[in-house]
Amino acid sequence: MQVSMTVNDVEVTEEIEGRLLLVHFLRDVLGLTGTHWGCDTSNCGTCVVWLDGEPVKSCTVLAAMAGGHEVRTVEGLAKNGKLDPVQEGFIQCHGLQCGFCTPGMLMTARALLDRNPDPTEAEIREAISGQICRCTGYATIVRSVRWASVHEAGTEEVTA
Amino acid sequence: MTAVQGSERLTTFEDNDQKPVGHGRMLRKEDPRLVRGRGRFTDDIQLPGMLHLAILRSPFAHARIVGIDTSAAAALPRVRAVVTGADLAAQGLAWMPTLSGDVQAVLATDKVRFQGQEVAFVVAEDRYTARDALELIDVEYDVLEPVIDARRALAPDAPVIRDDLDGKTNNHCFDWETGDKDATEAVFAAADVVVRQDIVYPRVHPAPMETCGAVADFDAVEGRLKLWSTTQAPHAHRTLYAIVAGLPEHKIQVISPDLGGGFGNKVPIYPGYVCAIVASIVTGKPVKWMEDRSENLISTGFARDYIMRGEIAATRDGRILGIRTDVLADHGAFNGTAAPVKYPAGFFGVFTGSYDIEAAYCSMTAVYTNKAPGGVAYACSFRITEAVYLVERIVDCLAAELGMDPAELRLKNFIRPEQFPYTTKTGWVYDSGDYEPTMRLAMDLAGYAELRKEQEAKRANGELMGIGIAFFTEAVGAGPRKDMDILGLGMADGCELRVHPTGKAVVRLSVQSQGQGHETTFAQIVAEEIGIPPADIDVVHGDTDNTPFGLGTYGSRSTPVSGAAAALVARKVRDKARLIASAMLEVSVADLDWEKGRFQVKGDPGKSVTIQDIAMRAHGAGDLPDGVEGGLEAQICYNPSNLTYPHGAYICVVDIDPGTCEVKVRRFIAVDDCGTRINPMIIEGQVHGGLTDGVGMALMEMIAFDEDGNCLGASLMDYLIPTALEVPDWETGFTVTPSPHHPIGAKGVGESATVGSPPAIVNAVVDALAPYGVRHADMPLTPSRVWDAMRGAPRPPI
Repeated sequence: MQVSMTVNDVEVTEEIEGRLLLVHFLRDVLGLTGTHWGCDTSNCGTCVVWLDGEPVKSCTVLAAMAGGHEVRTVEGLAKNGKLDPVQEGFIQCHGLQCGFCTPGMLMTARALLDRNPDPTEAEIREAISGQICRCTGYATIVRSVRWASVHEAGTEEVTA
Repeated sequence: MTAVQGSERLTTFEDNDQKPVGHGRMLRKEDPRLVRGRGRFTDDIQLPGMLHLAILRSPFAHARIVGIDTSAAAALPRVRAVVTGADLAAQGLAWMPTLSGDVQAVLATDKVRFQGQEVAFVVAEDRYTARDALELIDVEYDVLEPVIDARRALAPDAPVIRDDLDGKTNNHCFDWETGDKDATEAVFAAADVVVRQDIVYPRVHPAPMETCGAVADFDAVEGRLKLWSTTQAPHAHRTLYAIVAGLPEHKIQVISPDLGGGFGNKVPIYPGYVCAIVASIVTGKPVKWMEDRSENLISTGFARDYIMRGEIAATRDGRILGIRTDVLADHGAFNGTAAPVKYPAGFFGVFTGSYDIEAAYCSMTAVYTNKAPGGVAYACSFRITEAVYLVERIVDCLAAELGMDPAELRLKNFIRPEQFPYTTKTGWVYDSGDYEPTMRLAMDLAGYAELRKEQEAKRANGELMGIGIAFFTEAVGAGPRKDMDILGLGMADGCELRVHPTGKAVVRLSVQSQGQGHETTFAQIVAEEIGIPPADIDVVHGDTDNTPFGLGTYGSRSTPVSGAAAALVARKVRDKARLIASAMLEVSVADLDWEKGRFQVKGDPGKSVTIQDIAMRAHGAGDLPDGVEGGLEAQICYNPSNLTYPHGAYICVVDIDPGTCEVKVRRFIAVDDCGTRINPMIIEGQVHGGLTDGVGMALMEMIAFDEDGNCLGASLMDYLIPTALEVPDWETGFTVTPSPHHPIGAKGVGESATVGSPPAIVNAVVDALAPYGVRHADMPLTPSRVWDAMRGAPRPPI
């Protein structure tokens, strides 16, 4: 079957099988390999992308279901070569190590800050609770999101 | 030196040029690509004509294979090959050596020996079709009785798992012992107090977020194999493939690209890698194998599974005299333990911990069971997780028996700073340590005395609060080649440094990062020694064609071994630079001072040349001093004289809901001492990750089996890994006791927190449950297991 969608502001049309998962469509068909695949039971969240602005686990969405919708991936976070503040925050606060969970974490973090620009630590932990990280122990991820929040607000400088 | 986190300087990669270069807090060179989704992991590799491989796995733990019908699978459109164990046997490839000198089936031929074992594989044009075809393979099994409980493996009537081995009539794997049995018996016989406790370290799994996989590309014309794979030890793997597949080693290129975590899971060679190589040779196309999460959990290297009896002897006033342990080790169906050959139980011999005692003894029996192979993984530093868990648990049992504060008992028995280097009663030579300041700092950060008061008040109200302490000594940096090797390969590590004419440099490592930040920290090590900014130093690793030979990253050995190599190779280059500088400045070598990044004439600092000036001269026109070759580069292979022995003091505070029995880790204070700190930011991140492992193992994670051998933890639905909600905001601190034998005084640290945190958490839970008379409960301390313990019926895990 044919499917058309917008991925990172670009219209794409591809011939696919109806059973193809969105994560494999993005990775194998479009070559957008920033989105990862870490489990087979929808627990780990390394595959989180946006579907019409909502974070979804793309291993649990058929590519066909994304037809006619807007998808955004980690490759579409930086604008004009400038990193999104959440990307900068993860660098400044050491919010990543192996980098495998990072793309999903970044997409969730950006979506959180779009809805709640000044989240508490508890709200950040709740927001990323659908995503597993094996390296960081989460504390620096929480700091990274706070860094982005503070810097977007343009208030005081925070130290990493 | 003692300080708390946060006081060290921050350097970003943009402003390195303006700041002193070298050790210190520096943002990571890896991050810009990873936050953009531009990392390159194995499953990101796409090659023209690439095929996909999927593996059929055994549904049974123990069964004879009667027959396999692959005809329907082979007839499926887009399927290119279906291969069984019999096909591999015809090529002599059905079995492969393991890292501990046993053999493991690549594909089962005679029978299957664990659930999830590899039985056949399919190669197809896409990954979905490959999976479809697995469903069409018809295997007839004759189911056999499995051996699941290691305690029953040596029963006379137990079915024999390894009947492939000549003359094997039981499930015995190996025996091992260390220490002085008679001296220990004498000490125990004379002691005022002896405490005995059965302690199980259950089977868990490292579960890196990226599973294992490979892309094999065999060029039949050149006879060259190129293999991208998720390996922590690319050079060792290359040598093994040369031996297994009979390919000449110079025609094998192993590339370990970005790894999505390893945690010891990616040290062994798995059947999937070998299948991918065979498939590429058979089809003449590149072949990708990427396992899914369930396959990862059910078939790749597990961790722990030690059933231990711990005994401790002491005087009535709390002087520890001796420690004794008897261990039953469950190694699964094949002994695939990744450990130095002469250390079948890894470094479990350090079970005497941080204490100065009179005698110690351990006897161990390892057995085969119908489970996946493994044992050494998940940041264990070769079984030190088990050793530290044992000693820190029985020390707490002793404290409870004596009615002593567990912190005071530890302080009373520490090896004293003037005793280092200290030879333990099991023969390990601890390099350095100053334990009391580390312990005192942790107690200060925790507010230990106030915590005990708070606990007293809460107990009066019927609330369950626990405080747990663990003090550990690690042993990392394997190791001296005189007695440490893996399949005959000495555990030394190479390093090569080249300085280009314009003063930029590339350093090539034999170790392989899986997120530990080597691309950043090794640039810092070299920068510190030679004064080239880290931003101007590229770190290359993971490609066996382009890096010096070495044994890879595991056992926290990168800093102790390869880090030493990086510092020494930089000094070697600096020595050559000094000769060139003396010619450039027309003074003798003895008249030169080294200031980071430049040589200057003694007494005349205005007369100097920078390392960049020297690099250009080394490659440029004009004569060089007699005996000095052109270029500015060097290579070394570093053979460590000893391991490094970092230590740490951990304090955990838990609250337990007496109604639901849920354990909440409220605070965790971790003070680590790994000697010289190359990048404090990265160390802190390593510690945070390891502490989270500890929460997982202590409270949530377990690979369990039912009596038929069905694996009950084979997906993330049941194998529970902590999320951001189960862990607190970590509190870290540090002390600095350098390693005297390491070129920059640095010790390894990556596994310390995984080693040290489980006993701290379990000790906290047991402390909380003291009002119920609980002296011990085995991990994982899930609500149901805590419930059982509170009711006096703790169950050992199986």
